[in-house]
Amino acid sequence: MSAVLQNLVNQPYRHGFVTDIESEIAPKGLNEETIRLISAKKNEPDWLLDFRLKAYQKWLTMSEPSWQNVHYPKIDFQEISYYAAPKPKKKLASMDEVDPELLRTFEKLGVPMHERAALAGVAVDVVFDSVSVATTYKEKLAELGIIFCSISEAVQKHPDLVREYIGAVVPVGDNFYAALNSAVFTDGSFCYIPKGIKCPMDLSTYFRINTEGSGQFERTLVIAEEGASVSYLEGCTAPQFDTNQLHAAVVELIAMDNADIKYSTVQNWYAGDENGIGGIYNFVTKRGLAKGVNSRISWTQVETGAAITWKYPSCILRGDNSVGEFYSVAVTNHHQQADTGTKMIHLGKNTRSTIISKGISAGKSNSSYRGLVRIAPTAENARNFSQCDSMLVGNQCGAHTFPYIQVRNHSAKVEHEASTSKIGEDQLFYFAQRGIDAEEAVSMIVNGFCKEVFQQLPMEFAVEATKLLSFKLEGSVG
Amino acid sequence: MINNDSQTILDVQNLHASTQGAEILKGINLTVKSGEIHAIMGLNGSGKSTFAKVLAGHPDYEVTQGTIQFEQHDLLALSSEERAQAGIFLAFQYPIEIPGVANSQFLRLAYNTVQTNRGREELDPLEFDDFVREKMKLLEMKPDFLDRSVNEGFSGGEKKRNEILQMALLEPKLGILDETDSGLDIDALKIVAKGVNHLSNKDNAIILITHYQRLLEHIVPDYVHVMEAGRIIRTGGKELALELETHGYDWLHNNPKNSAGASA
Ligand SMILES: Nc1ncnc2c1ncn2[C@@H]1O[C@H](COP(=O)(O)OP(=O)(O)O)[C@@H](O)[C@H]1O
Ligand SMILES: [Mg+2]
Repeated sequence: MSAVLQNLVNQPYRHGFVTDIESEIAPKGLNEETIRLISAKKNEPDWLLDFRLKAYQKWLTMSEPSWQNVHYPKIDFQEISYYAAPKPKKKLASMDEVDPELLRTFEKLGVPMHERAALAGVAVDVVFDSVSVATTYKEKLAELGIIFCSISEAVQKHPDLVREYIGAVVPVGDNFYAALNSAVFTDGSFCYIPKGIKCPMDLSTYFRINTEGSGQFERTLVIAEEGASVSYLEGCTAPQFDTNQLHAAVVELIAMDNADIKYSTVQNWYAGDENGIGGIYNFVTKRGLAKGVNSRISWTQVETGAAITWKYPSCILRGDNSVGEFYSVAVTNHHQQADTGTKMIHLGKNTRSTIISKGISAGKSNSSYRGLVRIAPTAENARNFSQCDSMLVGNQCGAHTFPYIQVRNHSAKVEHEASTSKIGEDQLFYFAQRGIDAEEAVSMIVNGFCKEVFQQLPMEFAVEATKLLSFKLEGSVG
Repeated sequence: MINNDSQTILDVQNLHASTQGAEILKGINLTVKSGEIHAIMGLNGSGKSTFAKVLAGHPDYEVTQGTIQFEQHDLLALSSEERAQAGIFLAFQYPIEIPGVANSQFLRLAYNTVQTNRGREELDPLEFDDFVREKMKLLEMKPDFLDRSVNEGFSGGEKKRNEILQMALLEPKLGILDETDSGLDIDALKIVAKGVNHLSNKDNAIILITHYQRLLEHIVPDYVHVMEAGRIIRTGGKELALELETHGYDWLHNNPKNSAGASA
């Protein structure tokens, strides 16, 4: 590999600063006491404490999964602090009262708040180390009956809704990390779109992990009632620490008849340094239930950060004619590892799913696509189309594809296409001979490669994702 | 065409280059002046493409001896993109495919990058569209070609026309055409030749690498050089190409004339 390729990936992490706010941190370790403490701190009803304890009991019987194509030292779950909340000076009535230090952090992160939020048409629910600090645009949304708040607030104000749906798509014992999350989640977002309402703006949450040695376990719940639709954006960053941090979130989406939920993520957690020290372990369970007829669940993700990513945003297509979509770009560099993909579970008649996955590996990184398409006996005339493309930048990285296809109904049509390409020296020389340097060349090639996924993102996110990718790959070509 | 008040564009002295430990160019001498067209002929494997790539700064090749002056500057001190910006253009023997990148996008980036570096105005997408469509007429290209990915799924002829189109856009001082004629049917060859003749003027120069006399009927060279084992072993006028066509390359060995490399 030539020197031009080498130079393009090694840029420092831009979001690597720690905000100096007093945090209230629970002692390290996990036991029933910790869980009772979290629940009490948050003033939770008994049913939620029961939910947590049930999950904890399940978790004790489970072991960490090891089938995924990633490698990392065993996590000591007793070394993690399960609760960290920025200590509020007093109750916050408006944005002006938010800790200025915090606001500066958001500014550095480029979180669109205040007028910027208004201009971009974005309502931001900011999750800062597990506790929602400020929520904008709530009133405007409230006029339409839309609920958009932290899950803690939802537990207090809309307990029946939360109780009905939490754990409905991802049961407490679904998998090791989902069980852990169910036991200890501290905050997250809640979104409810009532019948017939099309949410007039994209709803956005920025997640950021701030305290060293703290795990982050958010819980997100999005419900779209009959005929409702919503587009939800999630952006993630974390500061730079030498130790690894665990991020084990659970996201549940529920779409009723004719409802439509589009969930987009741009993930830029700290990935560790160029020698693979530090970085976030991103072990996330995301699942959508297309419950009603003609409903649609659509996942779009751009995964650029984290030392290890392990996530499979999935769709359960229960309603007849329901639609599931998964559009993914996963970029790995240096020593990053990603094992990501989706599951499309077809239960209803005429259900359709589309999977477009683009994996880009640079440096010494490894990325795997893992996907399951299951057509149940009840899924008459189900259709799936999957396309998994991998692109290698340089000679030391790897890309792998693990498609699992289970068809139990003869009327099904399932198509799978896969390709692997490489940004070659010859391509870069071709660009160079036309006056274009390697960085611009890689950026153009990679953006071309990801085009079908970027087209799915809302405008501002697409711009951000394009920049992030170029930034991420700077120095990887040489 | 050879004229008296022309400037030296390229001056290659005793050029040696190797790749992976093997020396491929073994002492090339060549001087090219403005207004001239030079043909380089020779058997497969004689080092013609290597010479072209070394001029363009391909990172696979290391220059071990000799000098290259381009318009009185040391060409070897420049990166490949700087050489392109300075006015060296290589029409590739095997143009590279770039899936996912639209030709229009690629051409505009190349054009604007080179323009900026030459201190000229960039064109916005609409202006560029008009500009490129005008140039495409010269090469009789279909408009849909702009929306397709760079060279992906192009026929051999389309790829070669795309190279000449890029030359038309970038207006190089020195155009090096590496077997642009191979794989073209006679109609396509005529179109490409017409394009090249249109671009050739008294201020620039062209090096044509070819196997065949055929192309030289349409683009008439001022000099013909024969390359063998990494050296220029014979230089003559356009009639040398005809003699080679008639007698074959072995004939050169039986008729050793002066084997000096430098022209004029
Ligand atoms: N990148 C390379 N690596 C190894 N050998 C090469 C490389 N490029 C060219 N060569 C060798 O150099 C010689 C000249 O090749 P080339 O310049 O392509 O010749 P021509 O264009 O005249 O057919 C050949 O023997 C070829 O195998
Ligand atoms: Mg050749």
